[in-house]
Amino acid sequence: MLAMNYRGPYRVRAEEKADPVIEHPQDAIVRVTRACICGSDLHLYHGLVPDTRVGSTFGHEFTGIVEEVGSAVQNLKVGDHVLVPFNIFCGSCYFCQKELYGNCHNVNPNATAVGGIYGYSHTAGGYDGGQAERVRVPMADVGPTVIPPDLDLDDAVLLTDVFPTGYQAAEMGDISEGDTVVIFGAGPVGIFAAKSAWLLGAGRVIVVDHIDYRLEFVKKFAQCEVVNFKYVKDMAIHIKKMTDWLGADVCIDAVGCEAAGSFAQTVTGVKMKLQAGAATALHWAINSVRKGGNVSIVGVYGPTFNAVPIGNALNKGLTLRMNQASVKRHLPRLIEHIQTGRVNPKEVITHRIPLEEIGEAYHIFSSKLDNCIKTVLTMPTAVN
Amino acid sequence: MNDIISKRKISSEDYAHIKGWGVDLDPKNRPAYPMERTPPRLDGVPLREPEQQAEKVKILHSNERPGITPVFGTTLPPSGISGKLREFAFKYSENDLRHWLVLLFADRVNMFEGIADDLKRGRMPDLIAETGIKSEFKYNRAAAVKKAITAASIIGIGIYLLMRNKRV
Repeated sequence: MLAMNYRGPYRVRAEEKADPVIEHPQDAIVRVTRACICGSDLHLYHGLVPDTRVGSTFGHEFTGIVEEVGSAVQNLKVGDHVLVPFNIFCGSCYFCQKELYGNCHNVNPNATAVGGIYGYSHTAGGYDGGQAERVRVPMADVGPTVIPPDLDLDDAVLLTDVFPTGYQAAEMGDISEGDTVVIFGAGPVGIFAAKSAWLLGAGRVIVVDHIDYRLEFVKKFAQCEVVNFKYVKDMAIHIKKMTDWLGADVCIDAVGCEAAGSFAQTVTGVKMKLQAGAATALHWAINSVRKGGNVSIVGVYGPTFNAVPIGNALNKGLTLRMNQASVKRHLPRLIEHIQTGRVNPKEVITHRIPLEEIGEAYHIFSSKLDNCIKTVLTMPTAVN
Repeated sequence: MNDIISKRKISSEDYAHIKGWGVDLDPKNRPAYPMERTPPRLDGVPLREPEQQAEKVKILHSNERPGITPVFGTTLPPSGISGKLREFAFKYSENDLRHWLVLLFADRVNMFEGIADDLKRGRMPDLIAETGIKSEFKYNRAAAVKKAITAASIIGIGIYLLMRNKRV
């Protein structure tokens, strides 16, 4: 089969590799019909995630048709069209029993601090991802959800990560009616966090980024205010001026470890790798939120450490919540939001690129060329 | 201060232009509420501890757990020099910086192993296709040309200086 193949930082290609096989009685093999490139794939692509082995296939956002099931699979059958949450999880361990599906303890031998994620390095379990014609889906009764017949595939693939992650970002912000919510990052997750903040009753939603076309998009998609930090001297002062000098009620970091905006963070975190990426967005979130406010983190960081003003978080009495999204928990309500027309996720898709041109697909997304927001890879064998 | 607080009082009519505003304000409308609940809401899913997957390739496991997990990925078992480095890294816990730094170093070594593997198979890595640089010329031509001229100038100056030193 054809699959994306990582060759080292900033180098990927499409290459034939062996078809996946059933390796556990609860596995399924899925033929991929849609696969996206996620912003967090760029951390792998840029060589920032430890134990990313040459030859890996990325891709944790995909839909597909079940082609084969293991002997213990009861709920899925061959031919089912499924959306597959990016978390691999067992449903029965201590953490899954609390619905912390992003923190499953039974699927990742390589690290205890990370759950299992498709195509996200050996630090996340060593599974191949869905940027391929076929993929092994472990715990097939637990993770995949059969796509309702009235749900567009483009909407379905965005339910595997970005929409639920954006929604959970807003949920973890514990938004009260009328709250001012500031979201750092106008990428797909930030865009859905902004939309979700309104669903949860925010009074004001402000999105911060430095890329004009993305700010223009989120302004229309989520009807929010926007701030381009290129023109802001000091983010904390700017947000305080916008909020009667109190600070925002809720700040969301939807950027993670490759944030722009601070020379010191970029040099130490991204260029010199002295910390686990540039924590600029988190730094701004802590310093821009009001005392007693909430900071929600869904931006991805590396496993070592980051320089953030934790003393300010203490002195301001902040609540910090963060996690990988527990995708499956959100699906019933988010599918309803799509079916009722409240949210139209597929509007964020700007590019469709054949898997064969994966090098260009990654470069376009990474360098934010051609007003790229979300890329869907098209598979040579996908009929739907 | 009262003024500030009064500004925060809002009515749903103010947000009539935003489709779905406040529909999830009441937790009763949110089947995913609360964020954690036991037992998990996985209707119809048979929940049982997964049986142990057979270990057919070498799997490294964090020493912050007693052994491998019941389910795991089997792609790309450790091999070559990078594999030895990865095995060394797993002697240290996730709590130890050396674990991660050695893994990152192994990744860089693995990149060169990948090039060597390609050459062994008689394949020259196609850096233009792999880096997707063609798209830079398509969508960001001016910047791409500027970068190319800068890179060519630096290389040219370097070669000139080397040649000049040789003549001396």
